[in-house]
Amino acid sequence: MAFNHKHLIDINEYSASDIMQILEMADSFAEVNRRKVKKLPTLKGKTVVNMFNEPSTRTRSSFELAEKRLSADTLNFGGSSTSSVKGESLVDTVETLNAYNIDAVVIRDKHAGAPYIVSQHTPAVVIDAGDGKHQHPTQALLDLYSIWKRRGTLEGLKVGIVGDIAHSRVCGSLVPALKIMGAEVTLIGPGTLMPAAPDVLGADYVTPYLDDVLPELDVVYMLRIQRERLEGAPFPSLREYHQLFGLTKDRERLMRPDAIVCHPGPINRGVEFDSYMADHPERSVILDQVYAGICVRMAVLCLLLGGAENASA
Amino acid sequence: MLLLKGARVIDPQIEIDEETDVLVDGERIVGVGTGLSAEGAQVIDLSGKCLVPGLVDIHVHLREPGGEHKETIESGTRAAAHGGFTGVCAMPNTNPVCDTGAGVGYVKQRAAEVGKCRVYPSGALSVGLKGEVLSEMGDMAARGAVAFTDDGRGVQDAGMMRRIMDYAAMFGKTVMVHEQDASLVGEGQVNEGVASTRLGMLGWPALGEELMIARDIMLCELTGCPLHIQHITTAAGLDLVRQAKDKGLPVTCEVTPHHLFLTEDDITLAYETSMKVNPPLRTQADAEALMEGVIDGTVDCIVTDHAPHADWEKAREFELAPFGMIGLETSLGLMLTKMVAPGIIGYDDLVDLMAVAPRDILGLEPVKIASGSVADLTVFDPNLTWTVDAADFESKASNSAFLGWELTGRATHVLVGGRLVMSDGVVLD
Repeated sequence: MAFNHKHLIDINEYSASDIMQILEMADSFAEVNRRKVKKLPTLKGKTVVNMFNEPSTRTRSSFELAEKRLSADTLNFGGSSTSSVKGESLVDTVETLNAYNIDAVVIRDKHAGAPYIVSQHTPAVVIDAGDGKHQHPTQALLDLYSIWKRRGTLEGLKVGIVGDIAHSRVCGSLVPALKIMGAEVTLIGPGTLMPAAPDVLGADYVTPYLDDVLPELDVVYMLRIQRERLEGAPFPSLREYHQLFGLTKDRERLMRPDAIVCHPGPINRGVEFDSYMADHPERSVILDQVYAGICVRMAVLCLLLGGAENASA
Repeated sequence: MLLLKGARVIDPQIEIDEETDVLVDGERIVGVGTGLSAEGAQVIDLSGKCLVPGLVDIHVHLREPGGEHKETIESGTRAAAHGGFTGVCAMPNTNPVCDTGAGVGYVKQRAAEVGKCRVYPSGALSVGLKGEVLSEMGDMAARGAVAFTDDGRGVQDAGMMRRIMDYAAMFGKTVMVHEQDASLVGEGQVNEGVASTRLGMLGWPALGEELMIARDIMLCELTGCPLHIQHITTAAGLDLVRQAKDKGLPVTCEVTPHHLFLTEDDITLAYETSMKVNPPLRTQADAEALMEGVIDGTVDCIVTDHAPHADWEKAREFELAPFGMIGLETSLGLMLTKMVAPGIIGYDDLVDLMAVAPRDILGLEPVKIASGSVADLTVFDPNLTWTVDAADFESKASNSAFLGWELTGRATHVLVGGRLVMSDGVVLD
């Protein structure tokens, strides 16, 4: 099947069948990742730059492993030594990278729209690894993969997303991705953490009352409370947040027996969950998500870099 | 002597709208009438064109001193003349801030040396635009400041704003205000709502502007100081001004072409930094309300908030790019194309909005197309179709969101104090 995308920047440009193709390919890589020798020659000779202009350990590690398992040459570019610190503009940095004849740029940036700027100045494939508060499409795809594997389908599922929706790039991709796959999305959180126009993301329902909707949900997706960047104190204390929005053993009685729990990591025990729910053997898919991250990123790299090759051949 | 022949002369102040001739001698108009002739006069055939009192833009950033890589008094006034303006009011948020008599004097002196049009300096309300200490408004007024403003920032403290208005009232100058409540706006990048959600950036809420407008109108009522609301952008804000006017308060307001003709929906996932302006582009409903305000007279004048930036400053991530867009060279063309040509407003209204009211707000001597008046005159060809092109700008900057737009109508001749500064669309050296 043809894969007609040059970049992965805006998840809204992907159709349900595009996304399904990624999930299915990720599933084939899941098997590879369990082998003793976890390496395929697929991207041998390709150069992938991981341009992380904001600190990230998990996403960068996940991309790097995915690239290495596909035999790509990887270059990590960024961190505290980034050019922007030295005053170079993003565009000039990209032009410099172009001179290395690179094939793909995986970019994480604290500013919305940075991946688009990169795509306008390089012939390489661009993959958004999170831009500001805007999007984080590979996170959304690995979430879909994890849910799909556990529940067998995405269509018709009732998904509740709990927490800091307003400042979440995960939501910027996950809500539209869930809608593309036919799920129903409810956003749950205090007004101080809600975007001004949640319907623009595609949300079906918005509520501050977790207990009211919990009995309906097939998937409860807990967003991370970023203790380090709670500008303007949107809630009085972590204690009260946990009381109102924490997923606890006590709340489990409200949940459907087959409901599952997701979190993009890293988790804050005692804030988004108690340990009982975070470690719940049947419900928690948090570690599945981490594993899925590598498989899904391998699939994205493979489809985009393979696709570009075919197009130019 | 200069004999301007055959233009359609439009001046609502004296209720004239007819094809006639205008004779200029020295810096003044000495005759208006058909079939005028004068021996030895330079004759300019203006048939098919409109001649109006010179346009004035009371909200312009000339960037000098301190930001000469963006614009200078020379390049900015060239851009103004090119756009059909005979005068501009320079904002004080330069580096250093124009908050002293010496600062005002510097702008006046540079304008006299290199300016292509008149420059009316404004002075800061507070020292360093910090909103803390009153600036020397008396000294600035004496040195030629025409108005006071902390443009670029709102005065956050209500008590300070009251002091400003109580104090400024004695100089008979208008206090012009940039309405922005920092506690509500924060680091807002685009209009709060659809745009902020869609683009994943912090929102700049309408209320951050409206709350300050409400406060300042009440302070205007208390102090009696004339209040001018700068670059108003929302329907509710405009309603507050409408109510204030109904009460008879000395409140005026201005609107920019970009807030009339662009909306938050025009910013795409390409994150066009040319559309990053402060206040931000608002909703379609807001733009329509502003249009309505222009029609019913709630909006007193059109300004550009001409805010030049170097290309490398704007070619960045949206959140890192500075706010502002240039406008001097597109304002008239946009108004003619989008407002006059479709019949939304008439030529009379255009002259009111761009020439009469701006002078009135600044307390300047009126310019009328009549004998004895200063010959600050604008001539435009209403039928000239052109495409907005950065290469054609006199401004040092090209951060316009209107590049590529096809407009009909543009200035061809500009006279400042009887002196021709633009002829046939070319700014004269």
